[in-house]
Amino acid sequence: MADVYLKKKKNKRYYILIFLLPAIIIYTCFMALPLFNSMIMSFFTGEGLIPNQFCGFENYVRLFTKIPYKERFFNAFWNNVKFFLMVVMIQNLGGLFISILVTRKFRGNTFFRRITYLPTTLSVLVAGFLFCLILNPIWGLFDKIFVVIGLESWVRPWLGDPSTALPAISFVTGWQYLGIPILFFTAAIDGIDKEIFEAAEIDGAGIWTTVKHIILPLITPVIGIITILTFVGNFTGFDIIYAIAGSTGAPGYATDIFGTLFYRAAFAAKDRGGWGIGMGATVASIMFIIIFLGVMFFLFIFKVKGIRKKK
Amino acid sequence: MYRPKKIFTLAFLYIVLINYTIIVIYPIFLMIQTAFKENKEIFLNPYALPQSWDFSNFIKLFKISDYAVYFRNSILVAVISIFLILVISSLASYVIAKYEFPLRNFLYIYFLAGLMIPIKLGTVNILQIMVKLHFFDNIVSLIIVYIAMGIPIGIFILTDFIREIPEELSNVARIDGCSEPRIFFNIIIPLLRPALAAVAIFNFVPIWNQFWFPLILIRSNRMWTVPLATAQLYGQYQTQYGLVFAILAVASLPVIVFYLILSKQFVKGLSAGALKG
Repeated sequence: MADVYLKKKKNKRYYILIFLLPAIIIYTCFMALPLFNSMIMSFFTGEGLIPNQFCGFENYVRLFTKIPYKERFFNAFWNNVKFFLMVVMIQNLGGLFISILVTRKFRGNTFFRRITYLPTTLSVLVAGFLFCLILNPIWGLFDKIFVVIGLESWVRPWLGDPSTALPAISFVTGWQYLGIPILFFTAAIDGIDKEIFEAAEIDGAGIWTTVKHIILPLITPVIGIITILTFVGNFTGFDIIYAIAGSTGAPGYATDIFGTLFYRAAFAAKDRGGWGIGMGATVASIMFIIIFLGVMFFLFIFKVKGIRKKK
Repeated sequence: MYRPKKIFTLAFLYIVLINYTIIVIYPIFLMIQTAFKENKEIFLNPYALPQSWDFSNFIKLFKISDYAVYFRNSILVAVISIFLILVISSLASYVIAKYEFPLRNFLYIYFLAGLMIPIKLGTVNILQIMVKLHFFDNIVSLIIVYIAMGIPIGIFILTDFIREIPEELSNVARIDGCSEPRIFFNIIIPLLRPALAAVAIFNFVPIWNQFWFPLILIRSNRMWTVPLATAQLYGQYQTQYGLVFAILAVASLPVIVFYLILSKQFVKGLSAGALKG
């Protein structure tokens, strides 16, 4: 029987290629190659859509040493680091906290679980525009709450003040995307053997001990995954800044991150911050390198084994 | 799942979760109710329920813009690209999961690398390609990019799933003289349904809400998708609050309704993907 099967399988080998071809062609032509070609493009300079003068590392030198390039680049880099640190704190701490609560057994927990993912389904633009209106000091709900509880001195244009704009945007991003860590954490906590919790309870372990000694060690890889997802998402983020602060990261570049810098550099007109396709590709290449190194770093820190973790 | 012991713990739990729920839902609710108010009412009673649920903002919005066209574009893009993601990645996953051939592992990792590397960084070249292919300013360009974007997660989830399908099933069919494509379509695909649903759900929200690629690849009004229309119209009517909230509500209501109806499958599909991811 095995013989028959093997022979048949050999005759049908050309099916392998036919089945694979569509995926290989589309993925290669519209994902892998564009990524590669964009890196190549960073070694070219010139006007128009396809720069054709080879210039070696000149674009990179310009980006790191010449004004205004280096100014905008390092500003975006530090803003992006701050943005990431704030969002990753909200995602991991807030997500873990809510997940520990909703994985307990009580009436209504499925309702709470489902509701947490609702904002994540909204478009980032809608969330951004909506919070623009909510955080608006004249009309907005946020400052009204301060007035009602007697903290009028706290009222301020959250998105107009350079020192509060980025934290406010991080809060909006946290608000919208908390559903993702909650989804991952609850799936992981549900996957822990119930008997472990029962044994802990019999031994008289309180909630804090249970979290510290059972839940945390078992979900460290999930924290790693959340951190990596947030890292990649934030370092390529664009929509939320575009919606709230426009493509220049208002006020005064205080919320300009890599996503908006890349957009302006590569695709905006010269008088609106455009640097030409070659420089845009250079920004993208640096983003690629930073993201690659960052992901490797987090994989190492959290000891996530490859892309697949054990079930 | 474990049971909280004391009344005190339970009370704490409800207080925190109810507050969190309010923080999650109230902004969305505020957006929808404000869309039903007149401009004057928005400023006089911003947080009260509307005195009468008034559709005039929506009527005005549909008059000054072509939402039928934007929705048609968004639906076309989402349906076609998700369907093709399912077809293309299930074909590839089947071969990767069930056949021995050279470079199999390399190919698998090559596809999975796309999970980590954002396609956005290749936008410069994607724009050049689309201009060259004359797909610039046409939703076809979006469909192609979204398929490329969806293939990694599709192959990831489906390969895992197909591996668990026992080989005996296909072998019995082979002995009966079934051709390989027929085995795939008549035996594998029906078994794959839950995994296909997971892949579709996983891709739907990001594709529906995609803003970056429409912003760069689409110019003319008749090719706008809903998120692109949201951004353009928001900028144009920023000062007319009633209209602005109607724009936001129109953009998000379909997804909210979709989520509320399918939330069970949604969370199940996403958790399945999450656990594997």
